[in-house]
Amino acid sequence: MKKLVALMMALAMLLSVASVVAEDAITLKIAHIGPTTGAAALYGLATLHGAEVAAAEINEAGGKYKIELINEDDEHNVEKVINAYNAALDAGAQMILGTTTSKPCEAAGAQGYTDRVFFLTPSASSTAVIEDKDNVFQICFTDPNQGKASAQYIAEHKLGQKIAVIYNNADVYSTGIRDTFVPTAQELGLEIVSETTFTDETTDFTVQVADAQNAGAEIVFLPIYYTPASLILKTAADKAYKPIFFGVDGMDGILSVEGFDTSLAEGVMLLTPFVATSTDEKVVNFVTKYQAAYNEIPIQFAADAYDGIYILVAAAEKAGITSEMSAEEACDLLIAAIQEITVDGITGSMTWDETGAVTKTPMAATIVNGEYVFE
Amino acid sequence: MKLTKAKRNKLIYNIVTFALVIGAFLILQSMIANKTITRSLKGQLVPICCWIVMAVSLNLVIGISGELSLGHAGFMSVGAYTGAVVSGLLMHVYDIQDPTLRLVIAIVAGGLLAGIVGALIGIPVLRLRGDYLAIVTLAFGEIIRNLVNVLYIGTGDGRLYGSFLNKKLPEGITMLVDGAKGAVKIKPISTFTAGFILVLITLVVVLNLVNSRAGRAIKACRDNRIAAESMGVNVTKYKMMAFVTAAVLAGMAGALYGLNSSTVVPTQFTFNQSINVLVFVVLGGLGNVLGSVISATLLTILPEMLRAFADYRMLVYAVVLILVMIFTNNPTIRSFLNRLIAPFKRKETTGGDAQ
Amino acid sequence: MIFLDNLMNGLSLGSIYAIIALGYTMVYGIAKMLNFAHGDVIMVGAYIAFCGLQYWGLPPIVAILAAMVVCTVLGITIEGLAYRPLRQAASLAVLITAIGMSYLLQNVALMIWGANPKSFPRTFINSSILHIGGLNVSSATIYTILANVVIMIALTLFTAKTKMGKAMRCVSEDRGAAELMGINVNRTISVTFAIGSALAAIAGVLLCSSYPILQPTTGSMPGIKAFTAAVFGGIGSIPGAMLGGVLLGVIEIFGKAYISTELGDAIVFAVLIVVLLVKPSGLLGKPVREKV
Repeated sequence: MKKLVALMMALAMLLSVASVVAEDAITLKIAHIGPTTGAAALYGLATLHGAEVAAAEINEAGGKYKIELINEDDEHNVEKVINAYNAALDAGAQMILGTTTSKPCEAAGAQGYTDRVFFLTPSASSTAVIEDKDNVFQICFTDPNQGKASAQYIAEHKLGQKIAVIYNNADVYSTGIRDTFVPTAQELGLEIVSETTFTDETTDFTVQVADAQNAGAEIVFLPIYYTPASLILKTAADKAYKPIFFGVDGMDGILSVEGFDTSLAEGVMLLTPFVATSTDEKVVNFVTKYQAAYNEIPIQFAADAYDGIYILVAAAEKAGITSEMSAEEACDLLIAAIQEITVDGITGSMTWDETGAVTKTPMAATIVNGEYVFE
Repeated sequence: MKLTKAKRNKLIYNIVTFALVIGAFLILQSMIANKTITRSLKGQLVPICCWIVMAVSLNLVIGISGELSLGHAGFMSVGAYTGAVVSGLLMHVYDIQDPTLRLVIAIVAGGLLAGIVGALIGIPVLRLRGDYLAIVTLAFGEIIRNLVNVLYIGTGDGRLYGSFLNKKLPEGITMLVDGAKGAVKIKPISTFTAGFILVLITLVVVLNLVNSRAGRAIKACRDNRIAAESMGVNVTKYKMMAFVTAAVLAGMAGALYGLNSSTVVPTQFTFNQSINVLVFVVLGGLGNVLGSVISATLLTILPEMLRAFADYRMLVYAVVLILVMIFTNNPTIRSFLNRLIAPFKRKETTGGDAQ
Repeated sequence: MIFLDNLMNGLSLGSIYAIIALGYTMVYGIAKMLNFAHGDVIMVGAYIAFCGLQYWGLPPIVAILAAMVVCTVLGITIEGLAYRPLRQAASLAVLITAIGMSYLLQNVALMIWGANPKSFPRTFINSSILHIGGLNVSSATIYTILANVVIMIALTLFTAKTKMGKAMRCVSEDRGAAELMGINVNRTISVTFAIGSALAAIAGVLLCSSYPILQPTTGSMPGIKAFTAAVFGGIGSIPGAMLGGVLLGVIEIFGKAYISTELGDAIVFAVLIVVLLVKPSGLLGKPVREKV
């Protein structure tokens, strides 16, 4: 009899708990904004997919929060991003995970500052994204920090004295890193012997590589994404030029380019917060789920967006966001909350201050036998 | 009798054009006042005005003057950058805080500089014909973009600083144009009313030009250069007139466009953007000003309305583009469609809806 | 030495432009239209060859042939469905349709192959580096230049000697008169597109062998540059496309190497403008006499 009562009570409790969960599940409407078509689709699709994996995980777990993900395409265009942003708000978004790329994020963030809308950008990293706005927060390092950290790492580890820089002068990310790397390196007594540029449409890198080679550079610093980097590595191999190639977080992904001859990337060093081949339990979980869903190995953008969803949930919990709140009501609460939380994500442990910049530690990795090796 | 009929038709056409534009403006203004307008439509109003001006001005070059230009976005970028710099200068150096005054001066300056660039480019370019002219305008558009990409302008303690290729500016000044980062920290001051007025100015200028003595000369050069020349028409002068007018209007649209956003980047004014404007012009009908207005409006809104298709939307846009071109230009389909709408033709003289 | 190295790089880049420009100029000469989708046919060709090598494990030659077959079919289909209905329409209408087709191909490719870049596998074309008198030259360069010369000679012979080639020249000269002479204009234009697209497949493989990154937008910039090269050499002229392409490549490399990498493209376009002002119909183009 006693047992039966206990069982009944347990059952009742279970039911009540279940019903509490069902009733209390708060729906967060999060809009992902990024380029899912056009030339930058690669990055926008990565952040979208990363966010989708996180949202599915949270919804399956059935906790206190349910995520409703809205996706708007901005085509990596400063005009279209405003349309995407407005469409997201029309669809009832409460907060924005985005935008993926820096320049659109600068424009949309400024609009959001006037309208009071909270932005957490997974991958926009220029300082202009957060400057003069209290509503935009980053998950990536800012570009100047990366430039500085890279120069310091090269100087501290005495990797070489003569440095060549090849950067994309039509790209904010690339010029942003270069603009602090060069002065910092010179301050630290390193010598910049060659500086050459390219643009988004460039396919031929022979001049840039030859310039570095002829100047006798021991290190080639590549503050660029992995797509042009893979072409530079190929060109250097063709010219029998073997310096140390030093990359930044945009370089991650080079090993998972389909068909890429990983021997070309042998010895490449990079500072990055995330690598897909890590054996960390959380990373493995993410990479497995991502691969199952999209049949691709996630790049750093995807990992940032995955963390982004969890950060937004953590901030929403701290701020006490409810399903009914509008974006405007949620904005200031989220701004206050995100500065109080610490999130242990797959891209590291993160905290934020009022500038909107993130604090986390980069890791230096070297590519050995087609795999990342951490020191 | 025949002449007066032609004149009357022209008058009706002009009245319909203005009535549609003003009507659309009034409806939208009342929607804004009632707050019945969606956010996303409201956000597109200024860009739509800019694209209308771009399309109408390009139509002046392509439809009316008969020269294929593939670098129109270049003039827009000149205007956008000038607008951003002038507005920043007025605010930081001359301490003019009134946004309307700044906007007006910026738009005028943008138009002027684009006009000067247009004249400089026009002198060599207009000597060429057909596809060669097209490729040279394309080349100029790309050169402008390339140069803007390495341009640095800033202000500090009441002075204007500028440098080219290398960023050699003193520390601590406010950057207005920062190379690849584009024009930065713009205070958005463009308004829908300003856009509307710019559209009206453009329509007045272009329609007047088309129906004037100069306009007839321009069209004569288009239809038969040699015949026009032998009748004593100065071909180069009239072609220049159309080209420079279009450049000025594009520059003004650019200034409005640039000051509508907090930032402008060189990559917004690529060859593809010129092509987009070209699509507006061709779909609206060569030489048809009202057509340009309508197609610029619809084609700016269309991709936004297709958002529901998500990733398929550019695909749908491409298919729509091809189908529309085939349906409006294939003689068989056209005559079939004409027969289809013939019974309704009488009622349908007011044209489409500009909304 | 550095000069020779740059010259070699310029020739290598230029021969890629030239091979794409050949396709542009063929179609322009005969159909009198700027086929803006040509660059995207190149991209499709490269993807098919990629699939052949990477997924289906075909030998390189077979993969290239497969790409050529697919592109030929694609070219004929595009021409038949989109361009033929506009044969009598204004040239601008055809231009816009071609632009629409270019968007369509890019977006279909985005859907099929995704946005992530693929690295074009090593084949016999680009697997070795030759050392010629202290210069390092990729074998891809040699193959590209060879392919260019062979294709140029073959095309010149084809248009000069064969019946179809003569028909093409007739259509190019005067379409109406050609029709009166019993030449099937539609068939001739279809064959032109077939040849142009097959060349695009070869160009795609060579492009990606030299610059082994493959994305849905891979074809667009080389397409525009090659179009410029075709005009530079005199559009419609087969040797002109070859000359224009090679010169454009050399100028681009020299401009970047000796003036500034930042202004590389501006220099290329500036030279183009100067040439066209001096010789308005391109280097080897025939000046068109205006009839009154």
